[in-house]
Amino acid sequence: MKPGQTSWSFEAEHLQRLDALLDGFVSGTGARGLLLVDRNGQLLARSGDDGGFDGTAFASLAAADFAASDQLAQLLGEQEFTALYHQGERQSMYLVDVGGRAILAALFDGQTTLGLVRIRTRTLVPELVNLFEEVIQRAAATQQPAFFDSGWLSEAEGEIDRLFAD
Amino acid sequence: MSMINYASREINCKIVYYGPGLSGKTTNLEYVYEKVNPETRGKMISLATETERTLFFDFLPVDLGSIRGFKTRFHLYTVPGQVYYNASRRLILKGVDGVVFVADSQVERMDANIASMQNLFENLQEYGYDPHQVPIVLQYNKRDLPNVVPLEELRANLNPDNWLEFEAVAPKGVGVFDTLKTVGKLVIKSLS
Repeated sequence: MKPGQTSWSFEAEHLQRLDALLDGFVSGTGARGLLLVDRNGQLLARSGDDGGFDGTAFASLAAADFAASDQLAQLLGEQEFTALYHQGERQSMYLVDVGGRAILAALFDGQTTLGLVRIRTRTLVPELVNLFEEVIQRAAATQQPAFFDSGWLSEAEGEIDRLFAD
Repeated sequence: MSMINYASREINCKIVYYGPGLSGKTTNLEYVYEKVNPETRGKMISLATETERTLFFDFLPVDLGSIRGFKTRFHLYTVPGQVYYNASRRLILKGVDGVVFVADSQVERMDANIASMQNLFENLQEYGYDPHQVPIVLQYNKRDLPNVVPLEELRANLNPDNWLEFEAVAPKGVGVFDTLKTVGKLVIKSLS
């Protein structure tokens, strides 16, 4: 694994399909929202009610939550815990592994049930896994786009100097 | 590993502050949080103990703005420095694009610096990284204290690869942005 290598390289077509899958889940289950987070803590996509919370912060915490649970599973002699459930007074959250690459987090309240959410994720997860395979294969076959040229680099360096000035 | 999203035109890069316990990793992030334009930063998250020691990580997203149409963002993380938190430390390194190693310059922390550097190498290797290929910047922190190790000795023990290095006094901000700018540029360069 080379640092700097892109782990995700979404194109418009992939993102449209991804959004359609997530939207379909939300409307089909009555969940309040659905977030897709990569294992490194980056938010890939979200659907439904934005809940008024910071999706970037959510993504880093969800990835850490899942990573810590994986380690707990291994301590117990399990390979992994493929799903987590957090129950709140009004809202709950069901998180499920997506092919070892991402985490799907469904947020829901009394409008639906854990059972329905769980059943629908069983259908959705393989579809997401297939989509990710396509994304990764396409990225591997596509050459690095032209905008990471020296012009882009010098512009980025200029922004870094401007932003982090004492 | 960075995420490049061509559809939503976003690039996210992960930078991890590593180093022994109490070397000043969280202080670096706090200074960045305080000093950058509030519109460019997101929420800072600290998973810490009651005594404000980092338990799992600190997290701060910083937005570089749009560069040729691509919204470019650094995700800054710290790891818990204490030796017995290695499992958590390793998890945070997953997908890293660049590392800031924050060393404690005090004489009595030299062994801890060396052990932490060795631990960084081991953890990077566990993820399949070649530590000599990862963008790493060294920060010698706490240079204002009376009992500091001379720079030459720090270099000899911690910087055999001749990484770029900075002296720092993190609570006052000395060296904090220089370190971040340097690792940020190395990470951006590794994309192109």
